[in-house]
Amino acid sequence: MTEVSNKAAYVSMQGVGHRYDPNPDAPMAVQDIDLDIHRHEFVAVVGPSGCGKSTLLRMVSGLLIPSHGEVSVFNRRVTEPRDDVGIVFQKANLLPWLTVRKNVLFPLKHKYGHYTPEDEKRTDELLKMAGLTQFAEKMPDELSGGMQQRVGIVRALLLNPDILLMDEPFSALDALTREQIGFDLLKIWEENPKTVLFITHSISEAVLLSDRILVMSKRPGTVLDLIEVDLPRPRTSKTINEPRFAELTDLIRGHIYEPNVPA
Amino acid sequence: MSQTYQPKSWVGMLAYRFAPALFFVGLIALWELVCQVGKVPNYILPSPSAIIKAFFDVEFSRWMGHLWATLRVALMGFALSILIALPLSIGMIRSELMNRTLYPVLIVIQSTPVVAVAPLIIVLLGTDDPSRVLITCLITFFPLVVSATTGMLETPPEMIELSQSLRAPRYRETWQIRIPYAIPHIFSGLRVSITLAIIGAVVAEFVAAEEGLGYFIQFSTSFFKIPQAFAGLIFLAVISLLLFKSVQWIQAWLFPWSLPKKK
Repeated sequence: MTEVSNKAAYVSMQGVGHRYDPNPDAPMAVQDIDLDIHRHEFVAVVGPSGCGKSTLLRMVSGLLIPSHGEVSVFNRRVTEPRDDVGIVFQKANLLPWLTVRKNVLFPLKHKYGHYTPEDEKRTDELLKMAGLTQFAEKMPDELSGGMQQRVGIVRALLLNPDILLMDEPFSALDALTREQIGFDLLKIWEENPKTVLFITHSISEAVLLSDRILVMSKRPGTVLDLIEVDLPRPRTSKTINEPRFAELTDLIRGHIYEPNVPA
Repeated sequence: MSQTYQPKSWVGMLAYRFAPALFFVGLIALWELVCQVGKVPNYILPSPSAIIKAFFDVEFSRWMGHLWATLRVALMGFALSILIALPLSIGMIRSELMNRTLYPVLIVIQSTPVVAVAPLIIVLLGTDDPSRVLITCLITFFPLVVSATTGMLETPPEMIELSQSLRAPRYRETWQIRIPYAIPHIFSGLRVSITLAIIGAVVAEFVAAEEGLGYFIQFSTSFFKIPQAFAGLIFLAVISLLLFKSVQWIQAWLFPWSLPKKK
């Protein structure tokens, strides 16, 4: 499957596959992924559990080098983690001994050993944007799960990455918080455009947030379909009521529940 | 421990609050009663009042001399143990080769009864502090190595990925992520070790010493001054308890975030 696009590819995956076990007879975790993501595009990945969605994300991040094919960013092959990538994990993974503010500054402190007053100013601006100003000096365990994950997102934005990789970031949150934080993410993304790869279990979340959706098959995960989400932006809670929203979710649901693995 | 216990009346509340103390006082009263009524001779089982009398019969400066001798050895052995165990744990976490090489040796040392080795250490190093400190160190360091390595290995893998995605130097991964994550484990190891340190010092005094609380107990027993031996034993237990509590206080003072959450 090849994606032909009129826009330039920013993140490009060509024949990407990965086998964790070096034994050539071992099963592949992911195989034959071809995908071009444009700059500042929001791409969601959905698929059943264990289909290698997270593996895909780690290959784009440079944390994992694929055993087959190659991932490139801006025409350069990814061989190690890049500075222009921010990652948001499933759990917020905040350090319990640091305040919210220091958690956000942690990537700088960790990478370079120090940070400047300008960095602190930027941190305060990011916290303000995420509605976290009043929590800046609190410890992570004083925050709700949703607030913690907001801090996780702000932390990923600190180094002003061009690419934001999100690995089921809202899956630990309750449904209401999840919807709200999704809209907040869209707002942040519309104000500071980033190339987003967003992994999720939730079909409606994928449709609500993204420009395109990569639907993956069961293990070994491969591309079942690549769906253009032609819902107008900005998306709001009203978007869910549009007939097109239901059509798209049905289409994806059909892919996932029918065992039509392509030959 | 049920922290949600809600007594129904003020009598219940008083009983709940003072039950441990009352039970303890009751036990001692019973002990006194059995000794008085049964006319148990002091050299078999001294009564609490005889023990208290024996305690005050020994000059304060003598107690302090013995206390200092034991405490000095216990604390030096404990400190040496920390100085060896923590760097060793860090090394074993960072290098699989070092882990593979050293782990069997550690198991062998731990499996050897230190009490049996103590006389040999005295022969090797003489009858002064160095051999006593070494005996204490041998008894205390294994729980520290186990707790520190376990703690560092239980760091959430996503935090390690965060560190790798930032391409931070490995020493910062150790200092800023792994070691702080291991703090709760390290302190449970320290609590076990500090009481073992007292045991180590006493064992060493049993083998060769001219002062110290362990020596005092052995010496008193051999002269059938049983109430005095009991007084020494209780003094030792109180010191051990205070050291145990001190480790908890230090943890609460330096690392309040590492304590289990109160309701």
